[in-house]
Amino acid sequence: MEDSRRTFLKIAGISAMGLGANPILSAFATDEHTEAPAEEQAQTPAEAHAEAGAEQAPAAAGEHGEAGRVHVQRGSDALTAKQWAMVIDTRKLQTKDDMEPLIAVCHKIHNVPKLQNKHHEIKWIWETEYQHAFTDKMNQFLNQEVQHRPFLVLCNHCENPPCVRACPTKATFKRESDGIVMMDFHRCIGCRFCMAACPFGSRSFNFRDPRPFIKEQNKQFPTRTRGVVEKCNFCAERLAVGQMPACVEASKGAIAFGDLYDPESEVRQLLKTNYTIRRKQVLGTEPSVYYIV
Amino acid sequence: MLELTLKGGKSYWGWLVVLLAVIGGAFGLYIWQIKFGLGITGMSRDVSWGFYIANFTYLVGVAAGGVMVVLPYYLHDYKAYGRITILGEFLAIAAVVMCLLFILVDLGQPMRLFNVPLYPTPNSVLFWDMIVLNGYLFLNLVIGWNVLESERNNAHYQGWLKPFIYISIPWAISIHTVTAYLYCGLPGRGFWLTAILAPRFLSSAFAAGPALLILLCLFIRKVTRFDPGRKQIQALAKTVAYAISVNVFFMICEVFVAFYSNIPAHMDHIKYLFVGLHGHGVLVPWMWASVGLMVIGIILLVNPGSRKNESVLAVACLAVVIGTWIDKGLGMISGGFVPNPLHEITEYVPTVPEIGITLGVYAIGALVLTILYKMVVSVKEEVRA
Repeated sequence: MEDSRRTFLKIAGISAMGLGANPILSAFATDEHTEAPAEEQAQTPAEAHAEAGAEQAPAAAGEHGEAGRVHVQRGSDALTAKQWAMVIDTRKLQTKDDMEPLIAVCHKIHNVPKLQNKHHEIKWIWETEYQHAFTDKMNQFLNQEVQHRPFLVLCNHCENPPCVRACPTKATFKRESDGIVMMDFHRCIGCRFCMAACPFGSRSFNFRDPRPFIKEQNKQFPTRTRGVVEKCNFCAERLAVGQMPACVEASKGAIAFGDLYDPESEVRQLLKTNYTIRRKQVLGTEPSVYYIV
Repeated sequence: MLELTLKGGKSYWGWLVVLLAVIGGAFGLYIWQIKFGLGITGMSRDVSWGFYIANFTYLVGVAAGGVMVVLPYYLHDYKAYGRITILGEFLAIAAVVMCLLFILVDLGQPMRLFNVPLYPTPNSVLFWDMIVLNGYLFLNLVIGWNVLESERNNAHYQGWLKPFIYISIPWAISIHTVTAYLYCGLPGRGFWLTAILAPRFLSSAFAAGPALLILLCLFIRKVTRFDPGRKQIQALAKTVAYAISVNVFFMICEVFVAFYSNIPAHMDHIKYLFVGLHGHGVLVPWMWASVGLMVIGIILLVNPGSRKNESVLAVACLAVVIGTWIDKGLGMISGGFVPNPLHEITEYVPTVPEIGITLGVYAIGALVLTILYKMVVSVKEEVRA
């Protein structure tokens, strides 16, 4: 009697362990699955994940053919850099009306939902006042025009990103090939450590399903699910097919975009000839977005 | 030993039913949260951590506080604590279980929890927090269970437990240190960016944990035939007295540095908490209540006359538990997020479903603690008889 009970418990225990381990093993299996093609194309695993993430989401969001696939993977015409950087000439973007189209096009092509509840707001690029954009550079008596001029703010794609340091799953990572701080929406567990770590308030969290709040869905880009963090991706999907970021394109020359480490690049030329400032550079994160004031 | 938990009076079973009812209700709310998203909480883009993470932080402290009985007993051979060490260890188990659950309910994508061990990321403090918390849970389970079982069998605990016991002491310090590192290593969050955060967390932990333990000891004495002992309770009370004094001292250090240096990024959060900022100050009465309770705790605990009176001691411990809970559970987390990095103010107030889920986690902790303590009390009564 004693013996048979022991045997039964043994078998039951082993079966329970097997059942428990199954989801973990299958997760390993799918992991290998997504990484296998990555090796063939000599990508970093992180890139492979971003790609996988970008491809799966629209497939889930709606029906579309092979042509609707997102090219985060670098194409032959892709734009490349060691570290992408942006120079915003704020003198050329004087009013909210100047900025509205830039923000609109970004949020439109990236399926950023418009949520009425300010607590749940998602924003990739938005405008704010000087005192909020440059909290550490505010003077009591400031050039009146600058003080009331709206400033564009977005993810700074820092060279030392604290959000990447904080992420416990590498769901947010700094792409080694060009310095873009990217998100894998399929790996993010929604712990929001990156949001606490970001000193620029650049990250948003999907407090609810964003899809009903997207007016017109762009099938070329993934929509997100509730419970994950998102932010500006410097239009990695456009750079991959030889296009400039959408806000740069819509800015009519007010925003320059290029390689920070190419002395011939447009951004370096602008940095050489103009006095620029960055947000909270005292924190040592080395933001890649520069402002000409 | 689990069979001991199946024998109990009416009030024991009634209490378990109450806890299960609370857990059931909270589970319903949690299903709602899974379906809708974290939007049912009071958290926002600006205050992205709220009640869940705050209670997690507080309970890490309670768990670490258990070491205040383990250390004197095993390192200093303070024999009196032999009777209650197990209570400290089992309190730590219940607290760590709640910590892990609070992390779980805070996740936007809880089904992806295993991404943390699947993609180990040593540069993330959260990765280390997972290791130290689970490790501490494991250590206390192994140690507590085996020591109690040996006591039941009238034997000395097994020799191989010794290394685990010694490791558990610095490990207790590590859980709250790593938890503090979650916050204090973040640039641009002036309230948390202080080297004293980990020591401050530990001091409040060593006050809150033992204070709660004293209350539990007094309760156990009242409702069971096991007396944790007057000497033991008095010794614990001295620990609470020192720890809560150090905690208030650390707070004063923080206020001095922020306001003497006059750096706005460091002052703003403290101003928000204690006097309000730009007309926003939902936490102001709470924070002053917290300070008041901690000061009352110090007065009653440091003064030998009041400390030795067990009724007064109970009041003092309650003041310490509530005071430190407000300080850590309400102020510490949302205080760090207000104002936000763009110096805008979004206030945070937990919602009803959020509080409900929180209560559910506490109920699970209470259930674990009840079952574990039931075992302890039964063994102690058995051995006595």
